[in-house]
Formats: sequence, C-alpha cells, structure tokens
Amino acid sequence: MARILPEPTPETRHFWEGCRDGELRLQRCTDCKTTYFPPRAFCPSCASRQVEVYAASGRGVLWSYVINHRPRPDMGTEPYAIAVVKLDEGPTMMTNIVGCPQTPEALVLDMPVKVRFEKQTDDISLPLFEPAKS
Amino acid sequence: MKQNSVAVVGAAETTKMGKIPDVSVIGLHADAALNAMADAGLKPSDIDGVATAGISPVELAHYLGIKPTYADGTSVGGCSFMLHVRHAAAAINAGLAKTILITHGESGRSRVGAGGFGRAPSSLMGQFEMPYGVTSPPTMFTVPVLRYMKTYGVTEEDLANVAVVQREWAALNPRASFKDPITVNDVLNSPMIAWPFRMLMCCLVTDGGGALILTSADRAKDFPQKPVYILGTGESVETPLVSQMYDFTSSTAFKISGKKAFEEAGITHADVDHLMIYDAFAHLPLYGLEDLGFCKPGEAKDFIRERNTAIGGKLPLNTNGGGLSYMHSGMYGMYALQESVRQMRGTAAAQVKDAKISIAHGVGGMFAASGTIVFTNEK
Repeated sequence: MARILPEPTPETRHFWEGCRDGELRLQRCTDCKTTYFPPRAFCPSCASRQVEVYAASGRGVLWSYVINHRPRPDMGTEPYAIAVVKLDEGPTMMTNIVGCPQTPEALVLDMPVKVRFEKQTDDISLPLFEPAKS
Repeated sequence: MKQNSVAVVGAAETTKMGKIPDVSVIGLHADAALNAMADAGLKPSDIDGVATAGISPVELAHYLGIKPTYADGTSVGGCSFMLHVRHAAAAINAGLAKTILITHGESGRSRVGAGGFGRAPSSLMGQFEMPYGVTSPPTMFTVPVLRYMKTYGVTEEDLANVAVVQREWAALNPRASFKDPITVNDVLNSPMIAWPFRMLMCCLVTDGGGALILTSADRAKDFPQKPVYILGTGESVETPLVSQMYDFTSSTAFKISGKKAFEEAGITHADVDHLMIYDAFAHLPLYGLEDLGFCKPGEAKDFIRERNTAIGGKLPLNTNGGGLSYMHSGMYGMYALQESVRQMRGTAAAQVKDAKISIAHGVGGMFAASGTIVFTNEK
C-alpha cells in the first residue's frame, strides 16, 4: 500500500522541492528575522510579506513523540514513532525518526538528530530524521 | 458577556447511549433535541435559534422543522458546544434570537450516517502531519505529552491515576459505560496504543448525543426546570497541527479561554464547587487543571494523587466519569456541559452537595481550540 503523501500548494512548493533536492528549506522574515514553519507567504510573527527561503541546517533535537502500536496500513506492520523535532533554527516539525530502534530506550528526548530525505516519488521526498552526533 | 443574563432551561442527552446501531448521526441530534425540548416544555416552533457542529445548522433546523432567526455552525471540534453556548448568550443579549437550541449527535462507534476522518493531502495536516503515520486522535493528541512529562517529572503512573480516579466517579453513574473499579496496574497493563498511552488512558468510542436550550434569564423562571445561569464564558483557538503548539507543556487556548471565563464570571478558583475538564486522554485533566490556574505548572499530578478531585475531595472533577469512563462519541464537550447543568440543578447521579458554581472546560481537535463555561444556580 502506497504511503500517504503530501500534495504541495503554491505556498509550500519551495519546501517540497527542497526536500526533493536534498535541502531542508525554511522561511524567515527579512524584517523581524523570525524563522517559521509551516510555509506561508508572510511572517506569522509580524505579518510582514518580506520573507525569504533559505537552506536550514537540517539539525535539531528530538522534542516529543509517541510510538504508534497500531500502525497505519501504509506504514507497515511494526510500531513506529511519530515524532516532533525542534530544529536548531527554532520551529518544531513532525517527522519520523529513522536509523534507530523504535523504542523508548533508543528514542531519548533532546538527543541530537539530523535530516535524512527519503524519496517516495519523483516529486516527493519526506524529511525524516536520524540520530546525530552532538 | 453580562453575568447571569442567560440561562439553560432545557438539557438532555440521547435516550440511549453507548452502542446505538439503529440511529444515524442526524437522528441522534434529533433525539437529543426532542428530549431537551420536552425537558423545557417547548416545541420546535418555540425555537428561533439553532447551533450545532458535526452536521450543519441547516440540516438540524430543517430536520426539526425550525425556521430560525439565528444559526451558528461553529465547528472547532469537541468544545464547539461551549462556543455555541457563549455565542448564544451573546446573541440572546443582542436580540438576535430568544430561544436557542444547541445539539450534538455522533455515531462514534456504530458509524451510522457518519463521515470519514480523512484530511485533504494539500491541507496543512495533509502535508505536514499525515505523511508521518498519524491515524486517529490517540496518535496526535498525545504527541506533546512526553515533553510535558520530562519537564515536570510526570510518570506513566501519574497518567494512569487520572483514569483510576475518574472510574471511581463513573461507578456512581448508572449511565456510565465503564463502572468497574480499576487500579493503576490495570491501566499500565492494558493494551499499548501509542506509547506512553495505554488503552485505559484513552477515551471510549461510543454513540450518543445531547442538547441544550438557552433563553434570557428573565424568561427562564417561567420554565419547568430550575434555571442554570451562565456566569462567564471564554473561548480561543490555537493551531490545526498539534506539532505546532506554542508550548508542548501547556495549552495556550486553554489559558486564554479560562482566563476570559474567570474574568467574565468575576470569581476566584476558591469559588468553584465543581469542574469538568474534557478528557479525551488522561493528560487533559492535568493540562486543564494547570492552564485554568487550579494548580501550578507540573503540580496537577500531585493534586489528583492527593485525591482533591476524587469523591470527597475539595474540587470534584469529571463527576460523570469523563470521556475515559462515561462516554465519548467524538465531540465530548456536550456531555461535560450536561453534567455541569445536572450538578447545578441538583440532579446529578454523583451530586456534589450544595454546589453553586460549576465550570465546564472543553478542548477541540488536538489542542486546536478551547471553550469554557461558568455556570451557577444562584442569581
């Protein structure tokens, strides 16, 4: 069963194109300098339309998660973590943590993580995260 | 809103609750509405305002043959009914309508005439949460909780204890779905749903509904039931994505809604005799107690463990057994309101003696929205 995938909109296309091209692209306000997520055409902090897209570090820490023991059919048959990472640039982002067991012992809050793009189709790669050395 | 200017004069749940395979969603709305009208001694032609969520107020009005001058379709999840009460109070004061019916009905378990739970893949949730394997609320509403637990040293036992204490209340309610006593160990040994959440930390999935009828306080004294006045109200909305909450250890919407309701009511926490906090999952009473200001951040777990919210405690909480044990059709806020009204009428199964002020606090979506209603039986 094919994984449920996002359908980009004009306001989010730069993000998904970035993922396809191996770059985690965030937006920041050129007036108040706030970095924000999810994408939109203006700054949610000060409402300025003067915003820019930039390549973020792709690094952050594991902020919170649950381990889903009733997998969605397109996600396989084993329990998996539905996680939120806090990016070094500030925003939080939902994701999955890959490259480690899906257990409370392996998934320790505040551990450093880095992005790993996993190709799903020619257009869509998902920004997943894996444990990183601090 | 103006204190005590509007009252609840009709309140009822569906005739049956739990598993109702022979009634559709709109049928549950209508059953609750007819019961509430009977409670108030009214007919559909006496109603000039309608509000509902889940279905459209258009469907509701036409199904019941009501031709209203006021319709509210605010739909922000399970606390929508708190917002409907708030808006109805304002509308009655502004002269938009005189007698407003608010209904809920949901075939949560049997799914008769019910829609699906999907999200468009181009929506924010479709793009930024669905791809990571979220399913139903147990895998979304719970996502912030590990951060809360780490911040305040909250344990799995603390979460389990919320369910244990509420089951004690449920045992006093003949209509509660689950009445048998449970222990912390029972909760911690129940099937894993989404770690750290076990089945008994998650709400029921049942069928049912409820309805309220509001009118001006001046008219309320002419109705058959003891009027329950609206003393204060609050509402707020926060985020459609749980991953984008402003703070994973606190609901901003709870704080804004609660503060506004206390201000409107002109009361302090010590004035509150009875409290309902929408408990779709075991962490919600903890967040609610703290964000409403009954406890300092991180102290709700101790407050519950010390039995302040239990039978005989100083702040009886979720006295119907809550979404964890009483019933939960999907949008539970209506049942929290119903229990507050029963407590203020003095007709609750687990009646709090001499209770004069009751608060019903609701959550919508996954920490998406909030509504708070302060009721009193004194004018």
